[in-house]
Amino acid sequence: MSGATFSSFERSLGELDVPATRIKREEFTNQVEEAVEPPAVGVPLGETFDEPALSLDGTPVTVDPTPVALREATTGVTGARLGIGDYGTLALSLTDRASELVSLFVEHHVAVVRERDLVDEMRTGIETLGEEFAETRGSAILATGPSATADMGALVKGAHGPRTVEVLVLTEDD
Amino acid sequence: MAKADEIRELMRTEGAAVAENTRAFNDGRYESVADLEDYEALKSEARAIKEDAIERLPELIDELEVAVEENGGTVYIADDAADANAYVREVVADRDADRVVKSKSMTSEEIEVNEALESDGVDVVETDLGEWVLQVADEAPSHIVAPAIHKSREAIADLFNERFDPDEPLETAEELTYFAREKLGEQIVDAEVGLTGANFLTADTGTMALVTSEGNARKTVAATDTQITVAGVEKVVPSVEELAPFVELIGRSGTGQDITSYVSLLTPPVETPVVDFDDDETPLSAFDADRDFHLVLIDNGRLAMREDDQLRETLYCIRCSACSNSCANFQHVGGHAFGGETYSGGIATGWEAGIEGLDTAAEFNDLCTGCTRCVNACPVEIDIPWINTVVRDRINREGERPAEWLVDGLTPDAEDEGAPLQKRFFGNFETVAKLGSATAPLSNWLAGTGPSRWLMSRALGIDRRRALPEFERETLVDWFADRDSTVETPERRAVLYPDLYTNHVQVERGKAAVEALEALGVEVVVPEVPSSGRAPLSQGMVATATDHAERVTEALAPYVADGYDVVVVEPSDLAMFTREYDRLVAEDTFETLAENSYEVLEYVYGLLENGADADALASSDGAGVAYHSHCQQRTLGLEAHTVAVLEDRGFDVVTSDVECCGMAGSFGYKRDYYELSMDVGGRLRDQFEADGVRDRPVVASGTSCLEQIDALLERQPRHPVELLVE
Ligand code: SF4
Repeated sequence: MSGATFSSFERSLGELDVPATRIKREEFTNQVEEAVEPPAVGVPLGETFDEPALSLDGTPVTVDPTPVALREATTGVTGARLGIGDYGTLALSLTDRASELVSLFVEHHVAVVRERDLVDEMRTGIETLGEEFAETRGSAILATGPSATADMGALVKGAHGPRTVEVLVLTEDD
Repeated sequence: MAKADEIRELMRTEGAAVAENTRAFNDGRYESVADLEDYEALKSEARAIKEDAIERLPELIDELEVAVEENGGTVYIADDAADANAYVREVVADRDADRVVKSKSMTSEEIEVNEALESDGVDVVETDLGEWVLQVADEAPSHIVAPAIHKSREAIADLFNERFDPDEPLETAEELTYFAREKLGEQIVDAEVGLTGANFLTADTGTMALVTSEGNARKTVAATDTQITVAGVEKVVPSVEELAPFVELIGRSGTGQDITSYVSLLTPPVETPVVDFDDDETPLSAFDADRDFHLVLIDNGRLAMREDDQLRETLYCIRCSACSNSCANFQHVGGHAFGGETYSGGIATGWEAGIEGLDTAAEFNDLCTGCTRCVNACPVEIDIPWINTVVRDRINREGERPAEWLVDGLTPDAEDEGAPLQKRFFGNFETVAKLGSATAPLSNWLAGTGPSRWLMSRALGIDRRRALPEFERETLVDWFADRDSTVETPERRAVLYPDLYTNHVQVERGKAAVEALEALGVEVVVPEVPSSGRAPLSQGMVATATDHAERVTEALAPYVADGYDVVVVEPSDLAMFTREYDRLVAEDTFETLAENSYEVLEYVYGLLENGADADALASSDGAGVAYHSHCQQRTLGLEAHTVAVLEDRGFDVVTSDVECCGMAGSFGYKRDYYELSMDVGGRLRDQFEADGVRDRPVVASGTSCLEQIDALLERQPRHPVELLVE
């Protein structure tokens, strides 16, 4: 995907106060370490992307934690299936590795998305998911910024889900 | 409680919070949709998808059923609320569940599933924070998207502090939110069953879309092993791809967010492992995803609505709440007055009529004044005012022929005998006005006396505090008949339509319109033409309105055929010609009139654009005016023309930005609604009494607005065309 997509994605995320960093694979371990606030848990990312290089080994992240560790964690690290430029939206797939729990039951969600999985528009994102669902009957959350509510008399970030979100975009140039 | 008292009480207790929140949503909507390049096209696309889906509904339901079963779920189609509840209770009992956690769902409120489950001793917990506040307070929702919109932060803090007695009293929105999150978080991880609604269901894959921001719906599904989803049958769309326009429109249209934090696209049962949240040994991925999924599709009157040519459109509704937020009356009273058993706002009339029946709709239907400010806001282009009119018509007739309307559809009778006296009085205002002019000034004097006001109040429910229109002895038609045209070689020829008010009451604005058009080289005629039918239509007297429409089109047709344009001073009558007649007369008859009709300043604008000599009109060097357009005029996109013409003639124009002046035809005259009408008008008054506006002369395009402004301000308002002929 083009750099233009990243910049629109980054701009949209910026409006949501979600930092987005474009990183190379060799920087991955360091960048994850910088993005997480311990205690941190994560899904096995190397398996999610089928790329051993993206393993979370060597980071402070506990991979595949127990439910109790999940509930005690501050940060959750998961992959994202897509990033959508015009809205700053992440498509978070629901997997049997419990990525839904890891991205939801934490204060701070760090999402890793590959630059090749960025699309310009919401419509393209939904079409992509639609095609996949037709095959896999899978599920995904279109997540845009942190959870929020205005039900208590003013806008508050961090309702039932994370209060903050951060995105790492993996470039393809290695 | 009498209606006026009930409304007064709600305005006092809930009005401020409702107003603040709905207006913020409404302002947000304007801003957010302005960012869409193809907003209109997107709405039309959404509309087309819904039209098609409802058309093919039985087939799509079958397809959905197959998909869900292939996925390992179960589909139950419930005829009504009792049927649905019986099924849900059975599922919950089979699971042996002590607690059901719920995400927000209007349909579940419609069937009152909470009460049904609680009667079995099941603990039902609402996890949407707004719904939870109401559950704790034991109150009903006042808004379809933000259910606790009527409660201020202070009221919620008082509620929590009293009920839960926390160590430190809660105060800020943040403290309240985190407190609720903690409390609910514990209950969610302990629950066996998660109950959700669905904003959309896709027939191709059995996927459901849930539009939320808090993350509670995600948790409700993820943390439980049995998912029950209750949804109206109308929620089905053909495929996942077709969700795209709705995803882009729903948040923008409702709360003014470009998109909500989460749009869950779930194809249940989902793959997330079902974990024991107290387990400190087993890794997450070692738990199985042993999940059950039950989709309960609810008819409860919807399939009959689908057969009903007038109510069918209601089924396209995606419950975004734009028609609540953009509604001036709703902004002042909220859904506790402007709503039925479950639904609130403009479209609630359709939902409640179809689901509960006409009686329920009748309780609040009059709060829709037909101002049309919701029409352009609706993401699926529903003609919400029309649904209100149709239902009002049916309510009027209910005494005559009960209960069969839903299946019969609307078949206008020759007479509107069923309507109550007050509605018939306002609906037949033409007769009153004719008599009023014929006997003026006696009629005006008589109408103003104590005994007549008492009688009007008693018999017709006309509020005694409201000044009555004063009829002119010489109508515009009479005045015009006695003068010669001043235009020798006309550029164009036009009929100035003598609407009821311009002809009988505000004759000056009619004279000014004639003079302005003639000054620009238009040959004008002012023939006798029946009134438009706006008055009976707004009372739900569709048959009478249709009769007017037929006579008006008949009277104007020869002129139009002869090359005359039709120029209309009163915006609500122009809206009849260019919008409402589409429903009342044959299509080509409607189109011919609609294409040749213009609002008077729109027409002046067109003449000037086409080279007419602007200097023939009066001008100013920068005199300030305050302009209030008219609700229906704005819906037709015609506010800008007046502003442009006035600015072109050197006026410095400030415009109001309220959705409606509050008068809305006869509405503000009615005893039940007078105070609400004045409360709504208060906002316009504030804008026109602000610094820099306070001393400006006021102009307004609509009759009702002129009367309302007259009541609100010291300054006597005029029609903008009067500024052009001084
Ligand atoms: S009728 Fe239209 S504007 Fe009103 S809630 Fe339904 S979709 Fe929204």
